Amino acid sequence: MKFIEEYRNSELARKLAHRIAKHTTRQIRLMEFCGGHTHAIMRYGIRQLVPKIVEMRSGPGCPVCVTAIGDLDKAIALAHLPGIIITFGDMMRVPGSYSSLQQAKAEGADIRIVYSTLDAIETAKANPKKSVIFIGIGFETTAPTIAASIIKAKKEGVENFYVLSLLKLTPPVMRALLESGEVKLDGVIGPGHVCVITGSHPYEFIPEDYGVGYVISGFEPLDILLSIDKLVEQIESGKPKVEIAYRRGVKPEGNRKALELIDEVFEIDGADWRGIGNVPQSGLKINKEYQHFDADNAFSISLKPAKEPKGCCCGDILRGVALPFDCKLFGKVCTPEKPVGPCMVSSEGTCAAYYQYGASYE
Amino acid sequence: MCLAVPVRIVAIEGDEAETEIGGVRRRASIALTPEVRVGDYVLLHTGYAIGVVDEVEAKETLKLLQEIASVSEVH
Ligand code: SF4
Repeated sequence: MKFIEEYRNSELARKLAHRIAKHTTRQIRLMEFCGGHTHAIMRYGIRQLVPKIVEMRSGPGCPVCVTAIGDLDKAIALAHLPGIIITFGDMMRVPGSYSSLQQAKAEGADIRIVYSTLDAIETAKANPKKSVIFIGIGFETTAPTIAASIIKAKKEGVENFYVLSLLKLTPPVMRALLESGEVKLDGVIGPGHVCVITGSHPYEFIPEDYGVGYVISGFEPLDILLSIDKLVEQIESGKPKVEIAYRRGVKPEGNRKALELIDEVFEIDGADWRGIGNVPQSGLKINKEYQHFDADNAFSISLKPAKEPKGCCCGDILRGVALPFDCKLFGKVCTPEKPVGPCMVSSEGTCAAYYQYGASYE
Repeated sequence: MCLAVPVRIVAIEGDEAETEIGGVRRRASIALTPEVRVGDYVLLHTGYAIGVVDEVEAKETLKLLQEIASVSEVH
Protein backbone atom coordinates (compact mmCIF):
# COMPACT_ATOMS: atom_id res chain seq x y z
CA MET A 1 0.00 0.00 0.00
CA LYS A 2 1.29 3.41 -0.95
CA PHE A 3 2.98 5.49 1.77
CA ILE A 4 3.19 2.40 3.98
CA GLU A 5 5.22 -0.41 2.41
CA GLU A 6 8.10 1.73 1.22
CA TYR A 7 8.72 2.77 4.83
CA ARG A 8 8.99 -0.86 5.98
CA ASN A 9 12.07 -1.88 3.99
CA SER A 10 14.04 -4.14 6.36
CA GLU A 11 17.33 -3.76 4.49
CA LEU A 12 17.20 0.02 4.93
CA ALA A 13 16.11 -0.43 8.55
CA ARG A 14 19.20 -2.50 9.31
CA LYS A 15 21.45 0.07 7.68
CA LEU A 16 19.85 2.88 9.65
CA ALA A 17 20.20 0.95 12.91
CA HIS A 18 23.85 0.37 12.07
CA ARG A 19 24.33 4.08 11.50
CA ILE A 20 22.62 4.91 14.80
CA ALA A 21 24.93 2.46 16.61
CA LYS A 22 27.99 4.01 15.01
CA HIS A 23 27.04 7.58 15.91
CA THR A 24 25.94 7.07 19.50
CA THR A 25 28.89 7.59 21.82
CA ARG A 26 27.19 7.53 25.22
CA GLN A 27 24.19 6.07 27.05
CA ILE A 28 21.07 8.05 26.09
CA ARG A 29 17.40 7.85 27.00
CA LEU A 30 14.64 8.70 24.52
CA MET A 31 10.92 8.85 25.15
CA GLU A 32 8.36 7.97 22.54
CA PHE A 33 5.40 10.11 23.60
CA CYS A 34 2.81 8.20 21.62
CA GLY A 35 1.41 4.75 22.39
CA GLY A 36 1.14 4.16 18.64
CA HIS A 37 4.93 4.49 18.48
CA THR A 38 5.35 2.12 21.44
CA HIS A 39 3.40 -0.53 19.56
CA ALA A 40 5.32 0.00 16.31
CA ILE A 41 8.63 -0.14 18.21
CA MET A 42 7.67 -3.46 19.79
CA ARG A 43 6.06 -4.89 16.66
CA TYR A 44 9.06 -4.24 14.42
CA GLY A 45 11.63 -5.09 17.08
CA ILE A 46 13.16 -1.61 17.03
CA ARG A 47 14.26 -1.90 20.67
CA GLN A 48 16.39 -4.89 19.67
CA LEU A 49 17.57 -3.27 16.45
CA VAL A 50 19.04 -0.13 18.01
CA PRO A 51 22.12 -0.43 20.24
CA LYS A 52 21.60 -1.05 23.96
CA ILE A 53 22.98 2.37 24.86
CA VAL A 54 19.84 3.88 23.29
CA GLU A 55 17.21 3.36 25.95
CA MET A 56 13.56 3.80 25.00
CA ARG A 57 10.88 4.86 27.46
CA SER A 58 7.16 5.10 26.76
CA GLY A 59 5.27 8.27 27.53
CA PRO A 60 1.72 9.36 28.31
CA GLY A 61 0.46 9.25 24.71
CA CYS A 62 -2.42 6.83 25.17
CA PRO A 63 -5.77 8.61 25.64
CA VAL A 64 -7.48 5.56 27.16
CA CYS A 65 -4.60 5.08 29.64
CA VAL A 66 -4.39 8.71 30.78
CA THR A 67 -8.13 9.02 31.36
CA ALA A 68 -8.37 9.65 35.11
CA ILE A 69 -10.18 6.91 36.96
CA GLY A 70 -12.64 9.50 38.34
CA ASP A 71 -13.56 10.51 34.78
CA LEU A 72 -14.04 6.87 33.85
CA ASP A 73 -16.30 6.46 36.90
CA LYS A 74 -18.30 9.41 35.58
CA ALA A 75 -18.71 7.76 32.18
CA ILE A 76 -19.88 4.56 33.88
CA ALA A 77 -22.36 6.52 36.02
CA LEU A 78 -23.70 8.24 32.88
CA ALA A 79 -24.19 4.81 31.34
CA HIS A 80 -26.57 3.92 34.15
CA LEU A 81 -28.88 6.82 33.25
CA PRO A 82 -31.59 6.10 30.68
CA GLY A 83 -30.29 6.76 27.18
CA ILE A 84 -27.44 5.57 25.03
CA ILE A 85 -23.69 5.79 25.66
CA ILE A 86 -21.34 5.82 22.71
CA THR A 87 -17.65 5.13 23.05
CA PHE A 88 -14.50 4.08 21.23
CA GLY A 89 -13.94 0.34 21.80
CA ASP A 90 -10.91 0.34 24.08
CA MET A 91 -12.75 2.19 26.85
CA MET A 92 -15.15 -0.72 27.43
CA ARG A 93 -12.80 -3.00 29.32
CA VAL A 94 -10.90 -0.49 31.45
CA PRO A 95 -11.69 -1.15 35.10
CA GLY A 96 -13.10 1.88 36.91
CA SER A 97 -13.10 2.17 40.71
CA TYR A 98 -16.11 -0.09 41.15
CA SER A 99 -17.21 -1.25 37.69
CA SER A 100 -16.46 -0.88 33.99
CA LEU A 101 -18.46 0.14 30.94
CA GLN A 102 -18.49 -3.52 29.96
CA GLN A 103 -19.98 -4.48 33.29
CA ALA A 104 -22.55 -1.68 33.04
CA LYS A 105 -23.52 -3.07 29.64
CA ALA A 106 -23.90 -6.56 31.10
CA GLU A 107 -26.18 -4.99 33.70
CA GLY A 108 -28.40 -3.63 30.97
CA ALA A 109 -26.98 -0.22 30.01
CA ASP A 110 -27.23 0.61 26.31
CA ILE A 111 -23.57 1.15 25.37
CA ARG A 112 -22.45 1.13 21.76
CA ILE A 113 -19.00 1.12 20.25
CA VAL A 114 -18.29 3.30 17.23
CA TYR A 115 -15.38 3.90 14.91
CA SER A 116 -16.24 7.58 14.35
CA THR A 117 -18.15 10.40 16.04
CA LEU A 118 -20.15 10.61 12.83
CA ASP A 119 -21.69 7.26 13.77
CA ALA A 120 -22.61 8.72 17.16
CA ILE A 121 -24.59 11.50 15.46
CA GLU A 122 -26.36 8.96 13.27
CA THR A 123 -27.34 7.05 16.41
CA ALA A 124 -28.69 10.26 17.94
CA LYS A 125 -30.74 10.97 14.82
CA ALA A 126 -32.12 7.43 14.78
CA ASN A 127 -33.15 7.68 18.46
CA PRO A 128 -34.61 11.18 18.80
CA LYS A 129 -36.34 10.41 22.11
CA LYS A 130 -33.19 9.22 23.84
CA SER A 131 -30.20 11.19 25.01
CA VAL A 132 -27.05 9.97 23.29
CA ILE A 133 -23.79 10.68 25.12
CA PHE A 134 -20.45 10.32 23.40
CA ILE A 135 -17.44 9.68 25.66
CA GLY A 136 -14.95 12.06 24.03
CA ILE A 137 -11.43 10.87 24.72
CA GLY A 138 -8.37 11.77 22.68
CA PHE A 139 -5.62 14.29 22.00
CA GLU A 140 -5.32 17.03 19.38
CA THR A 141 -5.65 14.37 16.65
CA THR A 142 -9.19 13.53 17.71
CA ALA A 143 -10.30 16.90 19.12
CA PRO A 144 -11.12 18.50 15.73
CA THR A 145 -13.18 15.48 14.68
CA ILE A 146 -15.26 15.82 17.85
CA ALA A 147 -15.50 19.59 17.31
CA ALA A 148 -16.71 18.99 13.76
CA SER A 149 -19.34 16.54 15.00
CA ILE A 150 -20.65 19.00 17.60
CA ILE A 151 -20.86 21.73 14.95
CA LYS A 152 -22.69 19.29 12.67
CA ALA A 153 -25.12 18.38 15.48
CA LYS A 154 -25.85 22.07 16.05
CA LYS A 155 -26.30 22.80 12.36
CA GLU A 156 -28.64 19.85 11.87
CA GLY A 157 -30.54 20.47 15.10
CA VAL A 158 -29.62 17.13 16.68
CA GLU A 159 -30.53 18.22 20.19
CA ASN A 160 -30.23 14.84 21.93
CA PHE A 161 -26.49 14.54 21.21
CA TYR A 162 -24.03 15.18 24.07
CA VAL A 163 -20.29 14.88 24.50
CA LEU A 164 -18.42 14.20 27.73
CA SER A 165 -15.20 15.96 26.79
CA LEU A 166 -12.14 14.28 28.27
CA LEU A 167 -9.96 15.67 25.47
CA LYS A 168 -6.37 16.46 26.38
CA LEU A 169 -3.54 18.59 25.02
CA THR A 170 0.00 17.29 24.59
CA PRO A 171 2.33 20.31 25.05
CA PRO A 172 1.24 21.05 28.66
CA VAL A 173 1.72 17.44 29.77
CA MET A 174 5.12 17.34 28.08
CA ARG A 175 6.03 20.44 30.09
CA ALA A 176 4.72 18.87 33.31
CA LEU A 177 6.88 15.76 32.76
CA LEU A 178 10.02 17.74 31.96
CA GLU A 179 9.38 20.20 34.79
CA SER A 180 9.09 17.38 37.36
CA GLY A 181 12.54 16.12 36.36
CA GLU A 182 11.52 12.64 37.51
CA VAL A 183 12.94 11.00 34.45
CA LYS A 184 15.96 12.43 32.70
CA LEU A 185 15.45 12.48 28.94
CA ASP A 186 17.89 13.20 26.13
CA GLY A 187 15.27 13.37 23.40
CA VAL A 188 11.60 12.91 22.61
CA ILE A 189 9.99 11.21 19.61
CA GLY A 190 7.00 13.45 18.93
CA PRO A 191 3.52 12.11 18.09
CA GLY A 192 3.14 12.44 14.31
CA HIS A 193 -0.63 12.45 14.06
CA VAL A 194 -1.09 14.91 16.91
CA CYS A 195 1.33 17.18 15.03
CA VAL A 196 -0.60 16.84 11.75
CA ILE A 197 -3.08 19.06 13.60
CA THR A 198 -0.86 21.16 15.90
CA GLY A 199 2.17 21.58 13.64
CA SER A 200 5.64 21.77 15.19
CA HIS A 201 5.58 25.28 16.72
CA PRO A 202 3.86 24.47 20.06
CA TYR A 203 6.83 22.24 21.00
CA GLU A 204 9.62 24.82 20.59
CA PHE A 205 9.74 25.26 24.38
CA ILE A 206 11.11 21.72 24.79
CA PRO A 207 14.59 22.43 23.40
CA GLU A 208 14.47 26.10 24.48
CA ASP A 209 13.52 25.62 28.15
CA TYR A 210 14.75 22.08 28.82
CA GLY A 211 17.55 21.49 26.29
CA VAL A 212 15.82 18.36 25.01
CA GLY A 213 15.42 17.55 21.31
CA TYR A 214 12.00 16.82 19.82
CA VAL A 215 11.67 14.96 16.53
CA ILE A 216 8.18 14.45 15.13
CA SER A 217 7.85 10.96 13.71
CA GLY A 218 5.64 8.89 11.45
CA PHE A 219 4.57 5.40 12.45
CA GLU A 220 6.37 3.06 10.08
CA PRO A 221 9.65 1.48 11.20
CA LEU A 222 11.81 3.61 8.89
CA ASP A 223 10.06 6.76 10.14
CA ILE A 224 10.91 5.85 13.73
CA LEU A 225 14.51 4.90 12.95
CA LEU A 226 14.97 8.15 11.02
CA SER A 227 13.68 10.06 14.06
CA ILE A 228 16.06 8.23 16.40
CA ASP A 229 18.90 8.97 13.98
CA LYS A 230 18.04 12.69 14.00
CA LEU A 231 17.83 12.73 17.80
CA VAL A 232 21.23 11.03 18.08
CA GLU A 233 22.66 13.61 15.70
CA GLN A 234 21.21 16.45 17.86
CA ILE A 235 22.50 14.88 21.08
CA GLU A 236 25.98 14.26 19.71
CA SER A 237 26.26 17.79 18.34
CA GLY A 238 24.80 19.31 21.52
CA LYS A 239 22.15 21.17 19.48
CA PRO A 240 18.67 20.11 20.55
CA LYS A 241 15.82 21.40 18.37
CA VAL A 242 12.36 20.65 17.01
CA GLU A 243 12.52 18.71 13.75
CA ILE A 244 9.90 17.07 11.56
CA ALA A 245 10.90 13.60 10.35
CA TYR A 246 7.35 13.02 9.06
CA ARG A 247 7.18 15.71 6.42
CA ARG A 248 4.67 13.89 4.23
CA GLY A 249 2.10 14.39 7.00
CA VAL A 250 3.20 17.30 9.19
CA LYS A 251 3.53 20.98 8.28
CA PRO A 252 5.14 23.41 10.76
CA GLU A 253 1.87 25.35 10.97
CA GLY A 254 -0.32 22.24 11.34
CA ASN A 255 -3.86 21.98 9.99
CA ARG A 256 -5.33 25.51 10.25
CA LYS A 257 -8.90 24.45 9.51
CA ALA A 258 -8.81 21.79 12.23
CA LEU A 259 -7.33 24.25 14.76
CA GLU A 260 -10.09 26.74 13.90
CA LEU A 261 -12.78 24.15 14.61
CA ILE A 262 -11.18 23.27 17.98
CA ASP A 263 -11.21 27.00 18.85
CA GLU A 264 -14.80 27.36 17.74
CA VAL A 265 -16.17 24.68 20.10
CA PHE A 266 -13.77 24.35 23.02
CA GLU A 267 -12.01 26.40 25.67
CA ILE A 268 -8.85 25.43 27.49
CA ASP A 269 -9.16 24.18 31.05
CA GLY A 270 -7.21 22.06 33.54
CA ALA A 271 -7.50 18.29 33.14
CA ASP A 272 -6.87 15.23 35.31
CA TRP A 273 -4.39 12.71 33.94
CA ARG A 274 -3.99 9.23 35.38
CA GLY A 275 -0.67 8.93 37.16
CA ILE A 276 0.16 12.59 36.62
CA GLY A 277 -2.65 14.46 38.35
CA ASN A 278 -4.22 17.75 37.38
CA VAL A 279 -2.25 19.54 34.68
CA PRO A 280 -3.23 23.20 34.18
CA GLN A 281 -4.32 24.23 30.68
CA SER A 282 -4.13 20.66 29.41
CA GLY A 283 -7.79 19.91 28.70
CA LEU A 284 -10.51 20.98 26.28
CA LYS A 285 -13.90 21.85 27.69
CA ILE A 286 -16.97 22.68 25.58
CA ASN A 287 -17.44 26.48 25.56
CA LYS A 288 -20.55 28.55 26.41
CA GLU A 289 -21.77 28.77 22.86
CA TYR A 290 -21.98 24.98 22.50
CA GLN A 291 -22.90 24.34 26.14
CA HIS A 292 -26.09 22.54 25.13
CA PHE A 293 -24.00 19.61 23.89
CA ASP A 294 -21.88 19.39 27.04
CA ALA A 295 -22.75 16.21 28.97
CA ASP A 296 -21.12 17.71 32.07
CA ASN A 297 -23.60 20.54 31.89
CA ALA A 298 -26.67 18.51 30.91
CA PHE A 299 -26.51 15.67 33.44
CA SER A 300 -25.76 15.74 37.11
CA ILE A 301 -24.47 12.65 38.78
CA SER A 302 -22.98 11.93 42.15
CA LEU A 303 -19.89 9.81 42.45
CA LYS A 304 -18.27 7.79 45.17
CA PRO A 305 -14.60 8.68 45.75
CA ALA A 306 -12.38 7.10 43.10
CA LYS A 307 -9.89 4.41 43.97
CA GLU A 308 -6.97 3.21 41.86
CA PRO A 309 -6.44 -0.53 41.21
CA LYS A 310 -4.09 -1.99 43.86
CA GLY A 311 -0.58 -2.79 42.70
CA CYS A 312 -0.97 -1.26 39.22
CA CYS A 313 2.02 0.89 38.15
CA CYS A 314 0.32 2.25 35.04
CA GLY A 315 0.75 5.81 36.33
CA ASP A 316 4.52 5.39 36.70
CA ILE A 317 4.72 3.84 33.24
CA LEU A 318 2.81 6.80 31.74
CA ARG A 319 5.37 9.19 33.28
CA GLY A 320 8.24 7.16 31.83
CA VAL A 321 9.47 6.30 35.33
CA ALA A 322 8.77 2.56 35.16
CA LEU A 323 8.57 -0.24 32.59
CA PRO A 324 5.88 -2.94 32.62
CA PHE A 325 8.44 -5.42 34.04
CA ASP A 326 8.59 -3.25 37.15
CA CYS A 327 4.96 -4.13 37.87
CA LYS A 328 4.57 -7.27 39.97
CA LEU A 329 1.20 -8.00 38.34
CA PHE A 330 2.48 -7.83 34.74
CA GLY A 331 1.69 -11.02 32.81
CA LYS A 332 0.72 -12.87 35.98
CA VAL A 333 -2.34 -11.30 37.55
CA CYS A 334 -2.72 -8.70 34.80
CA THR A 335 -3.12 -9.93 31.21
CA PRO A 336 -5.07 -8.65 28.19
CA GLU A 337 -7.82 -11.16 29.05
CA LYS A 338 -8.03 -9.97 32.66
CA PRO A 339 -6.57 -6.45 32.70
CA VAL A 340 -6.04 -4.69 36.03
CA GLY A 341 -5.10 -1.31 34.60
CA PRO A 342 -5.73 0.58 31.34
CA CYS A 343 -2.14 0.13 30.10
CA MET A 344 -2.98 -3.55 29.57
CA VAL A 345 -6.33 -2.86 27.85
CA SER A 346 -5.69 -0.23 25.25
CA SER A 347 -4.37 -1.09 21.82
CA GLU A 348 -1.84 1.67 22.57
CA GLY A 349 -1.08 0.73 26.16
CA THR A 350 2.55 0.02 27.02
CA CYS A 351 1.77 -3.11 29.06
CA ALA A 352 -0.37 -4.48 26.22
CA ALA A 353 2.47 -3.89 23.74
CA TYR A 354 5.10 -5.53 25.95
CA TYR A 355 2.80 -8.47 26.60
CA GLN A 356 1.67 -8.93 23.02
CA TYR A 357 5.16 -8.88 21.52
CA GLY A 358 6.71 -10.90 24.33
CA ALA A 359 9.24 -8.32 25.39
CA SER A 360 12.04 -9.40 27.66
CA TYR A 361 14.12 -7.22 29.97
CA GLU A 362 16.98 -7.24 27.52
CA MET B 1 -6.26 6.18 19.29
CA CYS B 2 -4.16 8.51 17.21
CA LEU B 3 -4.01 5.93 14.46
CA ALA B 4 -4.37 7.38 10.98
CA VAL B 5 -3.89 5.56 7.68
CA PRO B 6 -3.18 6.96 4.21
CA VAL B 7 -6.17 6.42 1.91
CA ARG B 8 -6.86 7.65 -1.62
CA ILE B 9 -9.79 9.94 -2.37
CA VAL B 10 -11.86 8.45 -5.20
CA ALA B 11 -14.90 10.75 -5.15
CA ILE B 12 -16.03 13.90 -3.37
CA GLU B 13 -19.56 14.97 -2.57
CA GLY B 14 -20.01 18.08 -0.42
CA ASP B 15 -17.93 17.60 2.73
CA GLU B 16 -17.84 13.84 2.35
CA ALA B 17 -15.56 11.67 0.27
CA GLU B 18 -15.31 8.07 -0.86
CA THR B 19 -11.87 6.70 0.01
CA GLU B 20 -9.99 3.55 -0.91
CA ILE B 21 -7.08 1.60 0.51
CA GLY B 22 -6.02 -1.89 -0.62
CA GLY B 23 -9.41 -2.40 -2.27
CA VAL B 24 -11.37 -1.39 0.84
CA ARG B 25 -13.72 1.54 0.34
CA ARG B 26 -14.88 3.80 3.13
CA ARG B 27 -16.77 7.07 3.45
CA ALA B 28 -14.95 9.88 5.18
CA SER B 29 -15.63 13.43 6.21
CA ILE B 30 -13.40 16.05 4.61
CA ALA B 31 -14.64 18.82 6.92
CA LEU B 32 -11.06 19.22 8.22
CA THR B 33 -9.40 19.11 4.79
CA PRO B 34 -11.68 21.04 2.44
CA GLU B 35 -8.77 21.53 0.02
CA VAL B 36 -8.51 17.85 -1.04
CA ARG B 37 -8.98 16.74 -4.64
CA VAL B 38 -9.84 13.37 -6.15
CA GLY B 39 -6.62 11.34 -6.41
CA ASP B 40 -5.04 12.89 -3.29
CA TYR B 41 -4.04 10.71 -0.38
CA VAL B 42 -5.30 11.76 3.05
CA LEU B 43 -4.64 10.53 6.58
CA LEU B 44 -7.88 8.97 7.78
CA HIS B 45 -8.56 9.08 11.53
CA THR B 46 -11.90 8.04 13.10
CA GLY B 47 -13.81 8.73 9.91
CA TYR B 48 -12.20 12.11 9.20
CA ALA B 49 -9.46 13.08 6.79
CA ILE B 50 -7.17 14.99 9.17
CA GLY B 51 -4.44 15.93 6.69
CA VAL B 52 -3.38 15.61 3.07
CA VAL B 53 -0.31 13.46 2.36
CA ASP B 54 2.39 15.50 0.62
CA GLU B 55 3.71 13.30 -2.20
CA VAL B 56 6.76 15.48 -2.88
CA GLU B 57 7.84 15.34 0.77
CA ALA B 58 7.17 11.59 0.85
CA LYS B 59 9.64 11.10 -2.02
CA GLU B 60 12.18 13.44 -0.40
CA THR B 61 12.11 11.41 2.82
CA LEU B 62 12.64 8.16 0.90
CA LYS B 63 15.58 9.74 -0.92
CA LEU B 64 17.04 10.94 2.38
CA LEU B 65 16.65 7.45 3.87
CA GLN B 66 18.46 5.88 0.90
CA GLU B 67 21.23 8.45 1.14
CA ILE B 68 21.97 8.15 4.83
CA ALA B 69 21.73 4.36 4.69
CA SER B 70 24.25 4.16 1.84
CA VAL B 71 26.64 6.59 3.57
CA SER B 72 26.56 4.45 6.70
CA GLU B 73 27.52 1.39 4.64
CA VAL B 74 30.59 2.88 3.00
CA HIS B 75 32.32 3.94 6.24
S1 SF4 C 1 0.72 -4.80 34.06
FE1 SF4 C 1 -1.43 -4.31 34.54
S2 SF4 C 1 -1.41 -3.83 36.70
FE2 SF4 C 1 0.71 -3.71 36.00
S3 SF4 C 1 1.01 -1.56 35.40
FE3 SF4 C 1 0.36 -2.64 33.58
S4 SF4 C 1 -1.86 -2.35 33.53
FE4 SF4 C 1 -1.21 -1.89 35.62
